[in-house]
Amino acid sequence: MTTLLIGIFLLSLLVITAVAIVRSEDLFSAVMLSGIFSLLMALNFFLLDAADVALTEAAVGAGVATVLLLAGLKLTPPTEARGRSLRKLSVAVIAATTLLMIYASFGQPTLGDPNAPAQQHVAQWYIEKTPELIDIPNIVTAVLSSFRGYDTLGEVFVVLTAGIGVMFLLGGGRGKPFSRLDSRVEEGLSGHLIPKVMARLLIPFILLFALFIQFHGEYSPGGGFQAGAIFVAGIILYSLVRGEGLALSVIPPRVLLWMSAGGALLYGSVGLAGILMGGQFLEYSVLADNPVTGQHIGIIVIELGVGLTVTGVLLSIFHAFAARD
Amino acid sequence: MKLLGLFNYWVFAVLLMIGLYALISKQNLVKKIMALAIFQSAVFLFFITMSRVDGGTAPIIQAGVSGQIFSNPLPQVLILTAIVVGISTTALGLAIVVRLYEEYGTVEDNEILAMDRES
Repeated sequence: MTTLLIGIFLLSLLVITAVAIVRSEDLFSAVMLSGIFSLLMALNFFLLDAADVALTEAAVGAGVATVLLLAGLKLTPPTEARGRSLRKLSVAVIAATTLLMIYASFGQPTLGDPNAPAQQHVAQWYIEKTPELIDIPNIVTAVLSSFRGYDTLGEVFVVLTAGIGVMFLLGGGRGKPFSRLDSRVEEGLSGHLIPKVMARLLIPFILLFALFIQFHGEYSPGGGFQAGAIFVAGIILYSLVRGEGLALSVIPPRVLLWMSAGGALLYGSVGLAGILMGGQFLEYSVLADNPVTGQHIGIIVIELGVGLTVTGVLLSIFHAFAARD
Repeated sequence: MKLLGLFNYWVFAVLLMIGLYALISKQNLVKKIMALAIFQSAVFLFFITMSRVDGGTAPIIQAGVSGQIFSNPLPQVLILTAIVVGISTTALGLAIVVRLYEEYGTVEDNEILAMDRES
């Protein structure tokens, strides 16, 4: 009951924040509010027992997305033009659809109903078979990387494609991905003492935590997606404080591009290795003599591939935005 | 009690429609991208709401504990990857907006349309 009430409180805050984002004409405050929105969303996910999703949303939504939107805002006007006021027709359509959806919700199973159709299908099979077939404690990681490995492979390629698209639109061209950067000397926030000291204390722990999330993802909430996002957040913090030039000399552009493509390639080649060793595409059981050990090897390697791609793509996107002027 | 259990769906409906409203009625393209992110988050909330089971816990097996009830791991997997894909596509949209601004000098869609009609 308490959880339900806390949930209702957080969800109400979520709606208020969303309205504030839409209403504010100052885009800077809208971006800051969207960071708060993501954090509230992460708390809601946590209350709904989705620890992995909450971790991802907190790292990606509240961390990386906010910085990317700010970087985009640096290049575009910071305020919204005062345009037409509320349009009656769109308000009417939206209100009618909202009411219809709320009406339709009365046919939905209530929150947490164990007999809901969503719980009857394959979910039970995943929960029962994970200890036997894969033998790792985190069922989410097991489903993500083994049972539904095809899905995840596709999503890694979507992330890679989006990264390539951003590099085409904003990158500096062949051989010099972020070429506009070296035209000026970047100092970042190094003149400000407090951010500098705080960042110096925090960054090693953020990077260490990212590695923990990466390699402990089979036992606790985590995995390649979250680890990549947290690692990127650490490096972005470094570039904000010490300047992007220095961050790029830590992880050079060439390495970033190789990470993006190499991660996806690593994932795909695990699939091909499965074929070569007599199994099917992305069948990890054949990778070792013992099928369960094979699953472990496959999961660790593809999570590494996911982590590499996510880190490479998100960091390239950040640098592409930051280098533009 | 039954009604409180549906609150998540109502918030989903309201958030989805707030996002859709801003998407069709705001002219600023950066704002439209943010609206799209709200719309997307609403769908995430809907999926995670469906994954919850009463008395359940996060789907991580504890050694030596039997008879645990777990929430549904499948929607969680789908949404986990969707969040990361979402940020990548948001960044792509933002990159297009930045390029539009560099070409047209504005990010208001009515002004961009007016310029296109003139030329």
